[in-house]
Amino acid sequence: MIEINNISKWYGSFQVLSDCTTSVKKGEVVVVCGPSGSGKSTLIKCVNALEPFQKGDIIVDGISVTDPKTNLSKLRARIGMVFQNFELFPHMRITDNLTLAQIKVLGRSREEAAARGLKMLERVGLKEQAHKFPGQLSGGQQQRVAIARALAMDPIAMLFDEPTSALDPEMINEVLDVMVELAKEGMTMMCVTHEMGFARKVAHRVIFMDQGRIVEDDTKDEFFGKPRSERAQQFLSKILHH
Amino acid sequence: MIGDLDFEVIGRSLPYLLRGLQYTVQLTVVAALGGTFFGTLLAMARLSSFRPVSLTAAGYVNLMRSVPLLLVIFWFYFLAPVIVQSVMGWERPPQIGAERSAYITFIMFEAAYFCEIMRAGIQSISKGQVGAAFALGLNYWQAMKLVILPQAFRNMLPVLLTQTIVLFQDVSLVSLLNVTDFVGASVKIAQRDSRVVEMYAFVAVVYFILCYSLSTLVKQLQRRIAIIH
Repeated sequence: MIEINNISKWYGSFQVLSDCTTSVKKGEVVVVCGPSGSGKSTLIKCVNALEPFQKGDIIVDGISVTDPKTNLSKLRARIGMVFQNFELFPHMRITDNLTLAQIKVLGRSREEAAARGLKMLERVGLKEQAHKFPGQLSGGQQQRVAIARALAMDPIAMLFDEPTSALDPEMINEVLDVMVELAKEGMTMMCVTHEMGFARKVAHRVIFMDQGRIVEDDTKDEFFGKPRSERAQQFLSKILHH
Repeated sequence: MIGDLDFEVIGRSLPYLLRGLQYTVQLTVVAALGGTFFGTLLAMARLSSFRPVSLTAAGYVNLMRSVPLLLVIFWFYFLAPVIVQSVMGWERPPQIGAERSAYITFIMFEAAYFCEIMRAGIQSISKGQVGAAFALGLNYWQAMKLVILPQAFRNMLPVLLTQTIVLFQDVSLVSLLNVTDFVGASVKIAQRDSRVVEMYAFVAVVYFILCYSLSTLVKQLQRRIAIIH
C-alpha cells in the first residue's frame, strides 16, 4: 500500500532524513516512534508529499508521489491525515469542515457530503456538535472531528502525525479509543506517536527512528521484547518508566 | 475678515458639496475594493515560490510605496496617456478624463498598500492550515480561496479598514486635477464666494467627524475579533 524507498531529505545542508526505507501493507498498523528531531513527522509528511524530499521515491497504491505526472491533489484526497494541532478550519462550522473537501475534491453533492460527514461524526461520538465552530470544542473533541473529516473522504490509508501530543492528558484516551477502533476495523494506518500503550494494543509493526534514520523496523513483539539497538532500548526505558 | 463670518454659505451650496462628498465616498469605496482585490493577487504573487513572479510583484509594490501619491496621480493623468499614445502609435493621446484617471490611479496605488496588509494576513495563517487543506486534496487556488484567504481577511479586517480611512483622506488630492470631490467642491465655493475660512473649517469638521467615528468603529470591531479568535 505504502512503499518508502531510500528517501533522503535535506534542509539546506542539514540532513533530516537519511536513506529511509520501509513499507506499510494493506490493513497494517505501523507505529513510528523516536526522540524529537528524529525525523518521524517529516517522514510521514513525505508520504502524501506535504514535505518534498530530494532523493528516493514513495509509492502509494501503485502511484509514485515524485512522478511529475501524478495528480498530487487526487492522491492526497485518498490518504487521510490527522495533525498534531488538529488543523480544523476555524472559520467554518464542524459540518462545513466535514463536507468541504468532499464537495470540492470528490465532487459529491451537498446532501451526500453532509450525510457522509454526519455519519462519521456519529462514529467519533460527536453528532450533537455538528453546528458548532471548532473553537467551541475541547482539544480531544477537535481531534476526533479531524479524524471524522479525514474518514469522510473514504481514504485507503490514514496517516497520524502525533495526534495526541497537543492534548491534555484526560483527553488522550478518547482520541486513542477512536484510533484503536479504526485499527481493529482493518484500516491501513501509519502513526507517529509516543503512546506505547496504543502501539502494544494494535500495532503490527514498530519503526524506531533516530537522527533521520530508521534504526529499528520490527514486529511489535520483537520491538517490545528486546529491541536490537541500544538507542531504542534507551528510548523505551525512558518513556516506559514514568 | 474673521469677525465677518457667514456660515450660511454652507447651506446655500450644500447640494453641490454633497455631490462632491458622494464622489469622494465612491472613489474611496471603489479604490478600497479594487485595491483589496488586486492587492490580494499581488500578495499571492509576492509569496510565490516562482522567483520571476515574486520579484515582479515586489518591484511593483516597492515602486508604488516609494513614490509620493501626488506624483503617481500626476503620472497617470498627465504622462500615462502620452505614453499609451506613443506605444500604440495613435495620433492623439486617449481621453481618459480626470475622474476616470483618478479611479485607475487609486486602485493601482492602493493595491500596493493592501498587498502588504494581505501578505501579512496570509503569513499569519499557520503552515498547518495550509497542510491540512492540501492533505484533504484541495489544490493551491482552492486552499487559498476556501481556507487561507477567508481567515487572512478576518485577521486583517481592522487594518484594511484603517487603511481605507487613510485612503478616504488621500482621495482629496484629486482636487488638484480639478476634480470636484468634497475638497474640490468646497475650494470652488470658497473661491467663488470668498468664503475660505468658513468652507475650509466646514470641510475639516466633516472629515474629522467621519474619520473619527469610523476609526472608533474599527477599534470596536478589533476588540470583537480579538475575543472570537
